[in-house]
Amino acid sequence: MKTRYSFGGDEHIFVEVDEEMSLDAFFKSLSMTNAVRDSQIKGVTEICPANASFQIKFDPDQIHPNDMLAELKSLEGSAEQGDTVLKTRIVEIPVLYNDPWTHETLMRFRERHQDPDATDLEYAARINNFDGIDAFIEAHSGAPWFVSMVGFVAGLPFMYQMVDRPRQIEVPKYLRPRTDTPKLTVGYGGCFACIYSVRGAGGYQMFGITPMPIYDPKQEISYLKDFMVFFSPGDIVKFKPVDRDAYDAAVEEVDANKYSPLMRDVTFSLAEFQSDIDGYNKKLEEVLHGN
Amino acid sequence: MAIKVISPGLATTVQDLGRPGYYHLGIPLSGAMDRFALRAANMLVGNDEGAAALEATFMGPELEFTSDATVAVTGADMPVKLDGDLQNGWSSFAVRAGQTLSFDFLKAGARIYIAVAGGIDVPVVLGSRATYPLGALGGHEGRPLQAGDELPVGQGAGGSDGRSVPHDLRRLPGNPAELRALPGIYWYRITESAQRNFFEDTWKVAPEADRIGYRFRDGRPMEFVEREQPFGAGSDPSNIVDGCYPYGSIQVPGGTEPIVLHRDAVSGGGYFMLGTVISADMDLIGQLQPHTPTKFVEVDMETALAARHDRAALLDKVRASLA
Repeated sequence: MKTRYSFGGDEHIFVEVDEEMSLDAFFKSLSMTNAVRDSQIKGVTEICPANASFQIKFDPDQIHPNDMLAELKSLEGSAEQGDTVLKTRIVEIPVLYNDPWTHETLMRFRERHQDPDATDLEYAARINNFDGIDAFIEAHSGAPWFVSMVGFVAGLPFMYQMVDRPRQIEVPKYLRPRTDTPKLTVGYGGCFACIYSVRGAGGYQMFGITPMPIYDPKQEISYLKDFMVFFSPGDIVKFKPVDRDAYDAAVEEVDANKYSPLMRDVTFSLAEFQSDIDGYNKKLEEVLHGN
Repeated sequence: MAIKVISPGLATTVQDLGRPGYYHLGIPLSGAMDRFALRAANMLVGNDEGAAALEATFMGPELEFTSDATVAVTGADMPVKLDGDLQNGWSSFAVRAGQTLSFDFLKAGARIYIAVAGGIDVPVVLGSRATYPLGALGGHEGRPLQAGDELPVGQGAGGSDGRSVPHDLRRLPGNPAELRALPGIYWYRITESAQRNFFEDTWKVAPEADRIGYRFRDGRPMEFVEREQPFGAGSDPSNIVDGCYPYGSIQVPGGTEPIVLHRDAVSGGGYFMLGTVISADMDLIGQLQPHTPTKFVEVDMETALAARHDRAALLDKVRASLA
């Protein structure tokens, strides 16, 4: 990992922790953004952690860009030894894989896809050497995911699967982006899963849909009353495959404002995770389903 | 008092100076594309500079006032009419209850700002009245105006009519437009000749130009420096591991058509950026029409900061002239 700093015009500094994605890069980025927040450097207006990089927006009338750069660089050393223990939460997200709505949409945009004769799921399963879509769904929902960035549009989580590199799923984005994606589509691009928080354009492959809203600008949904965006970087997600009946039942609960996400507080240790990935993920699942 | 929307124009939204502090959650700044014009319009009618006003794109709305008001229109050159009588742009004028404000065709620029004494009094959401349509957030019901909407107006300090911003202090882009940019971020991903071409070519504003970003076309395609793509970045040479996008950053998907992100920017994604338009020139982008020839001009940080100071000084002159 080699940290690289660059100005984004006169109001931003872009910091790339690593060119490639890894949990180490994500943790260092998170730890540096926390350090920026704690140090209360004057003139900082936005602190945005991303997957393996982060960005600071500042007011150059209050601090010269070179001074801001020096302040950020001075935080790097301590972030290197930063805490890789995170107090966070694990959330279960129900997913109707291979659902009719993303299927209708992907058929509508087939000419923009690498493989017009297959569905997005079939394509992703094939190029990642899975024996059919069921095995692919099992891998996708079998291990948890880290929310490594929130953005693109309001409240959209990017997620990185908590498995070792050889087991990471990788897919390209659509050849040309779609102009439409159903709201709450579970998507995939590069090595990242996402959930489209709102309906709109998108280039990620579409695998399914969740009944659980994750963005509510009106703040009427019970679990989004305090804040309209559900996810923050550092959240852990476990996808749960559900059938159409369970999906419909969940939608009814959401409509009656009685849906409540299954989630538990958890402390995550990067070192313990890396020493036994499968064992650690099993413990996380016990936390999720324990009392 | 209220304003009735008889016809909404093409894309008219409530905007102020925006909603800082939530970009890390994908909620962009929003607010006026041309902040200078918004501030001037508010000053003319005696509002705080950051009061909410209407931003109309390419085509003006038709608005009926239910009570007396003081109004000013700034920004693009678009003839202003009150019950059919021409009014001066960049000037405040009195509107009586029952009168209708309308506009002729756009002559230059792209966006007008319609300020009303008292400001447009829609609810404040996350600290701002600005509309972010993609997130259905803020403004009037989170969306562009529609016929039949009624907009509440706040209590004004009682602006006076007949005030005007001097001609030499009004600001619209030239032709060709010039946008100053600081190379950086992933500038090294394209070859030296592609770097030279980017600043040499005359680009044209594409039809896909909105509050999220402005797309440019007609320049030469860019060649990338060869490399093995990093894990997680995606296979196209223009791809990066998804990261944050600065406001004004210039991304070039596939190396063909640069997109400059603006006030409703997507906050991040997987395309490399070759640099960023300087803060002093962001307002100008908001006044660019499709097909406008545009040159990007390379500057360094000290030039960017000097331009920023010049712009602040221009705004001070407007303040002084209206004080």
